[in-house]
Amino acid sequence: MATPKAISRKTTDLGSDYKWGFVTDIQSDVAPKGLNEDIIRLISGKKNEPAWMLDWRLRAYRHWTKVSHEEPRWAKVNFPPIDYQDIRYYSAPVSMKGAEGLDEVDPELVEAFNKLGIPIDEQKKLTGVAVDAVFDSVSVATTLQETLNKLGIIFCSFSEAVQKHPDLVRKYLGSVVPHTDNFFASLNSAVFSDGSFAYVPPGVRCPVELMTYFRINTEGTGQFERTLIIADKGSYVSYLEGCTAPMRKSHQLHAAVVELVALDNAEIKYSTLQNWYPGDKDGKGGVYNFVTKRGKAAGVNSKISWTQVETGSAITWKYPGVILQGDNSVGEFYSVALVNNYQQADTGTKMIHIGSNTRSTIVAKGISAGHGQNTYRGLVKIMPSAAGARNFTRCDSLLIGEECGAHTVPYIEVRNPTARMEHEASTSKVSEDQLFYLMQRGISEENAQHMIINGFCRGVFQELPFEFAMEASQLLKVSLEGAIG
Amino acid sequence: MAKTPATYDTYLAEHREFEKGLPTQRPEWLERTRERALSRFRELGFPTARRGNEAWKYTNVAPIANASFSYPLNGASQVEPADLTGIAPWDDTWINLVFVNGRYSQALSGGQAAPDGARVTSLGAAIAADGGVIEEHLAQHATFEHDGFTALNTAFIRDGALVHLPDGEPLQSPLHLIFVTTDSGQPAVTYPRTLVVAGAHSKVTVVETYVSLSATPNFTNAVTEIVVGDGAQVEHYRLLLESADAFHVGTSRVYQGRDSTFASTSFARGVAIGRHDLRVLLDAPGSSCLLRGLYVTSGTQHMDNYLNIDHAKPHTTSRLKYKGILDGASRAVFGGMVLVRPGAVKADAQQTDKNLILSDEAELDSKPGLEIYADDVQCGHGATAGSIAEDAMFYMRSRGLDSETATAYLIRGFASEITDAIDLEPVRACVEAAILGALPRIQAGRGS
Repeated sequence: MATPKAISRKTTDLGSDYKWGFVTDIQSDVAPKGLNEDIIRLISGKKNEPAWMLDWRLRAYRHWTKVSHEEPRWAKVNFPPIDYQDIRYYSAPVSMKGAEGLDEVDPELVEAFNKLGIPIDEQKKLTGVAVDAVFDSVSVATTLQETLNKLGIIFCSFSEAVQKHPDLVRKYLGSVVPHTDNFFASLNSAVFSDGSFAYVPPGVRCPVELMTYFRINTEGTGQFERTLIIADKGSYVSYLEGCTAPMRKSHQLHAAVVELVALDNAEIKYSTLQNWYPGDKDGKGGVYNFVTKRGKAAGVNSKISWTQVETGSAITWKYPGVILQGDNSVGEFYSVALVNNYQQADTGTKMIHIGSNTRSTIVAKGISAGHGQNTYRGLVKIMPSAAGARNFTRCDSLLIGEECGAHTVPYIEVRNPTARMEHEASTSKVSEDQLFYLMQRGISEENAQHMIINGFCRGVFQELPFEFAMEASQLLKVSLEGAIG
Repeated sequence: MAKTPATYDTYLAEHREFEKGLPTQRPEWLERTRERALSRFRELGFPTARRGNEAWKYTNVAPIANASFSYPLNGASQVEPADLTGIAPWDDTWINLVFVNGRYSQALSGGQAAPDGARVTSLGAAIAADGGVIEEHLAQHATFEHDGFTALNTAFIRDGALVHLPDGEPLQSPLHLIFVTTDSGQPAVTYPRTLVVAGAHSKVTVVETYVSLSATPNFTNAVTEIVVGDGAQVEHYRLLLESADAFHVGTSRVYQGRDSTFASTSFARGVAIGRHDLRVLLDAPGSSCLLRGLYVTSGTQHMDNYLNIDHAKPHTTSRLKYKGILDGASRAVFGGMVLVRPGAVKADAQQTDKNLILSDEAELDSKPGLEIYADDVQCGHGATAGSIAEDAMFYMRSRGLDSETATAYLIRGFASEITDAIDLEPVRACVEAAILGALPRIQAGRGS
C-alpha cells in the first residue's frame, strides 16, 4: 500500500493544539481591501483572463450586489455581520510572478507545503497522488503532470485551464452551480482567484488520486477557490481535498464553489478532509467555511460520491449535493462532522432525483463536544420523473458533554409514488455499557472513548482513500482532545 | 409583510359587530386579552409570507387570507340531532356537547350529565359565572404573540368548551365536543375554542370532532388548550371530518405536569387546506406523551400536520407515530420537531412518519427534526414513503381478489397501526369508514 511517508509522519507527531497554525513569512502581492467592479477587473487582469471570463465575473458580481443585503440566515449558526468591504479578495506570493517551473518557486513556499506534509517537489512527491497546491489565491504547483498527460487527463490550476482549455471551462463553468445559485456562490463567481480543474477523457480510469491542498496564509484575506471536475463518458476519477490555515485572532472567510460533472457511465469520488483553523478554546478566530459543492450525475449510470470529514472551521456551512439527472445514476454522501469548543456546523446534503431508477445513500455522523452546535440539514427531493427512485438516509449524532447541541433537520419531498425513501436518525451519548465493557478489559477511559467514536464513524471512514482514513481518525482524536477522558 | 388589507378589514369590521353582541357584564381580563390579540393580529396577519418561514414552508394559506368569510353572529341555526349522528361518532352514554358555528347548543347537547365536581360546560356560560380557573389558563398556553391564526381566534373568544376536573377525580364517561358549521349561504368563519384543565391525578377522555353540514368552503380557526396536571391522564381524540372544500386551521397546546400522561389520536380527512399544529410541553419530570395521527387526502386537498414536542425537563418521554395516505393530486405535509432543552437529560423521544402514496400526482413533504441540547438522551426519528408493495398486491391477486379490493385491504392494513389503537368503538368505526370515504377513486373502483 502506497502510504505516503510524509503524511504518516505528520499524523504521528500531532500534539494537543492546532499544528497547522504557523504563518509563512512571505512577501505577497495583495489587492486593496474592498469589493467593487475595479477589484474584479484587477483580479481578472492579474490572471490575464479572456473577455468572456471577465464578463462572467461581472455578471455574477452584479447579481451579488442585488442580493448582498440579505446574507442567508436560515442555517443554525450565529455570526456577526460580515463586512465584505473589509476583506482582501486577492493575495498571491510575489515570487510566483512568472515562475515557470518549480525551480523558480520561492523555497519558503515549498517549505511551507513540506511542513504541511504535502511535498510539491517532484523528487519528494507523494506516490500515487497528483497534488495541486493552492496558497492564498494562486496555485503554486501541480505535481505528476507527466503521468497524467500521457493519458490525456487534464489536471491543473483553474487559471491555467482558463488559458489552455477555454472551451471546456466555458462549457461547464456554472453548469452545476450557476452564478445566481446563492449568496456565497455569487460572491465566489465574481471574485474566485484560483482552484483546480480536472478533465478525464472518455474511457480513462485515472490511475492516481488527484489532490488539491488549500492553504490560507495572508491575514485579512478571503479564500475563494473554484474547482471544476469533469469525468467524460466511462471514466473514473478519485479526488482529494485538504485544507489548513494559520491561527489568527480574526475570522477569515472561505467561500468556495465546487462543481462536478459526470457523463454517461462515469464516476467521480470526491473526498474532503476539512481542517481549517477552528478558532481557540473561547471561540476566538477561526475560518468561516461557507461552501457550495454540487455534482451533476448528468449521464446514464453515472455516479458521484462525496465523502467529507469536517473537523475544522469556526463555522461550517456546506451541503455537497448531487443532481441525479441521468437514468440509473447514483449519488452518495458520507460525512463525519465534528464540533468542539465553540465551533458551529450546519452541514448535510441535497439529493435531487430527476432520472428514473436513481439511487442515493446518505450516511451522516455528527459529533458534538464542548459548546459545539452541530446540525445535519439535508434535502431528498424526488421529482415526478424519477420513477423507481430509491433513497436511504441514516443520520446519527453523538453528544459529549452537557453544553453542546446536535440537531437534525431533514427535508423529504416525494412526488413520485414508485419512489421509495427511508430516513432514520438517532441522537445519544456514548453508551455507558460499551464504555464499561471496554474499561473492564483494561482499556483507559480515554482510549475506550476513542475506540467507540472511531467505531461510530467507521461507515464513513471506510469510504475514504486509505491515506485519508488514517489521517481522519487521528484528526478526530486531536480535535476532541480536552473534551473527553 | 405582505398583507391583504381588504380581507383583514373584513375581520376588523366583524370584530366590531362581535363586540356589540357581547354581554354588558364582561370580565376585564378577558376584554384585555381580546384587545391585545386583535392588535397582534393586525400586526401579524396570516403567515402568507413564507420566505424563510420554516413553520409554513410547504403550506400556502393565501387562499384563506384572500377569501372573505362572514362571521355568523348568532349560532342558532336549524340543526337536528339526526343531522349529527350520521356524520360524527355518537354514543348516548357519553357526555356530548354540541357547538353550532362556535356557539354552545343546549338543545343538541345531551347524553350523560357530568358528575359532581367536574365542570363540562359552555365556556361562555362559565366565564360569566366565574373566571377562576379560566382566567388562570385561557390564552396562557396557546400564546398568540407569533401566530396570526391564534391571535384572531383569541380576539373572537366568546364561547367554546370548558372541561375542568378537580384533583383526583377520574371521569369515566368519555366527553365528546362536536363543532358543527352550517350553511349560512356564503363562506363563513368560526372560532371554536376549547379549554381542558385536568387536575392532579384526574383522568379523562376527550373527543373533539369537527364536522360541517354544508359544502360551502367555510373556514374553521380552532384553538384548544389542554392542561394535564401532576399525575393526571388525558386521552384525546381529534377528528377532522369537515367537508372536502373546507379550510381548517387547528392549534392545540398541551401543558403537562409531573408524571402526567397525554395520549392523542388525530385523524384528518382531507379538506381544501387543512392544518393541525400540535405542541406538547413536557414541563415536569416523569411526564410522557404518545401522539398518533392518520391523514388521508385526495383530489387537490392539502393537509399539514405540524408537531412540536418540547422536552423541557429531565426524565420525559415522547412517542410520535403518524401515517399518511395520499391519492389524486393532493399534498400532505408532515413537520415534526423534538426539542430537548439544556439539562433535560434522560429524555427519550421517538418519532416516525410513514406514507402510502397511491397516485402519480400526489406530493408528500416530510420534515422530521431533532433539536437536542442535552447529552444524556435517546432520540430518534424515521420517515418513509412508498407506494403499495408489488409483492403484497401480487399475493392478494393470486388469491383471486381484484386489484381494487386488494388495494382497499392494503390501505386498511396500513392504517390499522393507528386505528387498532383507538379504544372508543364509535370513534374507531367512524375513522375506518372515513378512510375509504376520503378516497373516492379507490371506493368507486371497488363499487364497480
